[in-house]
Amino acid sequence: MIYLNAFIFCGIICTIGQIILDNTNFTPGHITVIFAVIGTFLDVFNIYDKFILWAGGGALVPITSFGHTLTHGAIQGYNEGGILGLFNGTLNLTSAGISAAIIFSFFFSLIFKSRD
Amino acid sequence: MKDTYQAIVKKHTPKEDTFHNAFITFITGGLMGVIGEFLIEIYQKYMNVPYKEATTCMLITLIFISCLFTSLGFFDKWVNFCKCGLIIPITGFAHATQSAALEYKKEGLITGIGANMLKLSGAVIIYGIIGSFIFSLLRALVGIV
Repeated sequence: MIYLNAFIFCGIICTIGQIILDNTNFTPGHITVIFAVIGTFLDVFNIYDKFILWAGGGALVPITSFGHTLTHGAIQGYNEGGILGLFNGTLNLTSAGISAAIIFSFFFSLIFKSRD
Repeated sequence: MKDTYQAIVKKHTPKEDTFHNAFITFITGGLMGVIGEFLIEIYQKYMNVPYKEATTCMLITLIFISCLFTSLGFFDKWVNFCKCGLIIPITGFAHATQSAALEYKKEGLITGIGANMLKLSGAVIIYGIIGSFIFSLLRALVGIV
């Protein structure tokens, strides 16, 4: 059942992005930034946590989850160490994704050549 | 003169089939979500990883796959076909990083790869951090923590 929820949730998020992309002159860069910021907003009232409970991996895969974990880390840091924790904790939970993207793309770009 | 030019441009711009695009995006985006959930369950069941770590492993696996396929050259074709179905998931983030790194490789390690790797995906990181700072500060000030 959770597979169906994951399919529906992730599909709807991607479709909204595609409709915005088709009907305005935004680039894909704009779309990903908009969705990341929407994700940061949705975590303020713990709305996104409910989506994750409902859709599981389907809510964790889109870029909105990236923004959600940023806010989640910041709030967790604030609970532990006040205002300083806000700065400490922002990248705490997201660092795995950013580091993985940087590390893999560095080593692959050393190995492979651009093909155009 | 300008009006006629605009009219000519409008006539020759290829028309996007919005409904067809939306349908393909729904299917491929949904499949990405199913793959994510499937990977989480595999990590939990067969490698005994706790849920939180399993989600991180899933994200790293997807990033690895999309970096590898972008380097091998056929991920671009998939993105052209699926459009937002692969751009909105975390694969789009990895794809942007990897293609920028490959494109600027010939300009050297520091000024090429190092300076330009986050050219496209840096926007997501920067606005994500700024947004999360503003919203979590608001939440901290209002006191609903």
